[in-house]
This record gives sequence, structure tokens and C-alpha cells, in this order.
Amino acid sequence: MARIIVVTSGKGGVGKTTTSAAISMGLAMQGKRTAVIDFDVGLRNLDLIMGCERRVVYDFVNVINGEASLNQALIKDKRCDNLFILPASQTRDKDSLTVEGVGKVLENLSENFEFVVCDSPAGIERGATLAMYYADDAVVVTNPEVSSVRDSDRMLGILASKSRRAERGEEAIKEYLLLTRYSPQRVKLGEMLSVEDVQEILSLHLLGVIPESKSVLNASNSGTPVILDDKSDAGQAYGDVVRRYLGEEVPHRFLEEEKKGLFGRLFRG
Amino acid sequence: MGFLDYFRSTRPTSAALAKERLQILIAHERAQRGKPDYLPRLQQELLEVIRKYVSVDDDAISVTMEQDDNREILGVNIILPDDGEQGRRSGQD
Repeated sequence: MARIIVVTSGKGGVGKTTTSAAISMGLAMQGKRTAVIDFDVGLRNLDLIMGCERRVVYDFVNVINGEASLNQALIKDKRCDNLFILPASQTRDKDSLTVEGVGKVLENLSENFEFVVCDSPAGIERGATLAMYYADDAVVVTNPEVSSVRDSDRMLGILASKSRRAERGEEAIKEYLLLTRYSPQRVKLGEMLSVEDVQEILSLHLLGVIPESKSVLNASNSGTPVILDDKSDAGQAYGDVVRRYLGEEVPHRFLEEEKKGLFGRLFRG
Repeated sequence: MGFLDYFRSTRPTSAALAKERLQILIAHERAQRGKPDYLPRLQQELLEVIRKYVSVDDDAISVTMEQDDNREILGVNIILPDDGEQGRRSGQD
């Protein structure tokens, strides 16, 4: 049985696809057989972030409609043997996603994978609700910014009431907060909500904090999940997130402004 | 003096403002969560009916929905004005 992880947020542009790409790659690099699915039917983008856009032949909707087998549609990552990508369709309308269809695909994937990462589209429409319907764990991607925090809280309400686990009265989905685009400098100046502020408002378990970083755009420019850029702060932060998710105790980093000079070096340990 | 005060002023930072606004908003939105969509309309229409007989404020009515294991309770609480001048309520002390 695979563990199904939804990466969700409500608000768009906060880093869901970046996070899905990073977490799935991270899990695969830790030796876990992982599949990542793009649920953004009509606006597929995960393929581009993963750098496999020219290898897409069949997509998620083809599989649901029985026009292709799962094996035909899954794209094997060229950097990591344990990672497979199921792209969203580009053209069809989003009504082609059905609860039954998605359920069947996830069930099939469950037989061969340890983790299935569902990259949710923004909003609370069908694609988003289906991405989280079967989830065991939810990574709620949030920016330290009012509209994103509000939308995340809204998603928490939906996770708690509209998922299969909620409908069946099973143990609730495990919810994790992932704070992205964090700028310790601005927090220090009182210009940005701090990690503690957001945690207090949402009362969620903190999975990690990803600092605002140039490396994220650089990574997406080249179609490389940012976690592979292990020299970058964002890449390292995602690495920590994956290890933390897998149960390792990893202290949070990049919460403070980077100290410079001798003083900084002394205290950085 | 005014100049220095500007720097010393204890105006809340924009982050503090954001936090406060979010806490109020989210508390409100969580309270609404899980309730049927028709509650606000029901409340409005009940208010209109009551106003045919008694003059009450907008906030004099609250409609709540509670749930326990085997039943749902719709609670309607209307606060009538305490001066008993309204025709139907003239018997009130």
C-alpha cells in the first residue's frame, strides 16, 4: 500500500508544483519508489518543472479513460530510477477527472509504489478536491502572507470534511505546514509574518520552512527539481523536509538571517 | 521632538497587523464552517417575518446549528426589545 500525499494550498503561485517536484524527487532519492501526479488538468506544469515535458505521450486522463495503460503513461525520471511522473492532460476539460477514475489509478499505483505525491491545482474546484480526496497526508504549502494563510485555513476545513477519510469516519488526514518563500530579514523588520505567527494561526505541525531563494527560479528554468541543487538554501531545506517527513529528527534551518563574517562563522557551528 | 518620536513610536509593524487581522478573520470563518449554506438566508428571512410584528435590530437574531450523534438542532434565538410597547408583546412586564 502506498502512502498518498497531497500537496495543496488553495491559493495559486505559492509553490505547490515546486514542492511536489522536490518532495517526490527527495523521497525517490531516499530509495522510496515514488510516483508524482499532476492534477492540474488543462494547465499541466509539473512536467516542465520536472524537465520531462518532451517525453509526455499519454496523460492522467488517458489512463482514466482507458486509452492508455498506467505503464504507458508513467514517465520514468532520468535522474532517479525510483521516480515516475504522471502528467496532467493539456487539452481536455477537467470534468474528465472522476472520483472513481482517480480512485482506480491510485489503487493501481498503490500496488507498485511506496509513495504517491498528488500535485493539486490551485482553487477548490474539482481537480483540487480530487487531489486531496484519497490522501493520507497533506502538505499545506503556505506563504507568510495574509491571503495565502487564509486560503490554507480554508483548505484545512475541506481536508477535514470532504476527504474519503472524513466521509468514512477514519483517522483524519495528517496535515503538515510547509512555509515557503520565507524571508528572515523581512520577518526581523516586522514586514513579514513569522513562522511562529503562521503556526499559531493555523495550529499545524511544521514540516519545514523554505527560504525565498533565487535557486527556485533557476531550478525551474532548467527543469531540475530544486532539491537536486544541494548547494542552495532552498534545495537543502527541501532535503530536510523529506528526511523530516520520513521520521528523522532534523532541526529547522534558514529561520534566521544569515550571519556574515567571523561572528557568523563562529555561531553557525 | 516630533522627528525622534517618529522612530520611537510603537506603531504595530505590518506583520503584527497581518496577524491580528488573520486571527479575527479565521476565527470567524471557522465558526461558519460546516454549517449549511442556507443559514444566512434563513436568518434574513426570519428577521423579515419577525419585523412584520416587532421592531428588532439586525443583530437581535442568531441562528445556530448544532449536531450530536443522532440529531441536528436548529436553534433560533431572537432578542425582543425590552420595552413592552409593541402591540403583540404588550403583556410583557
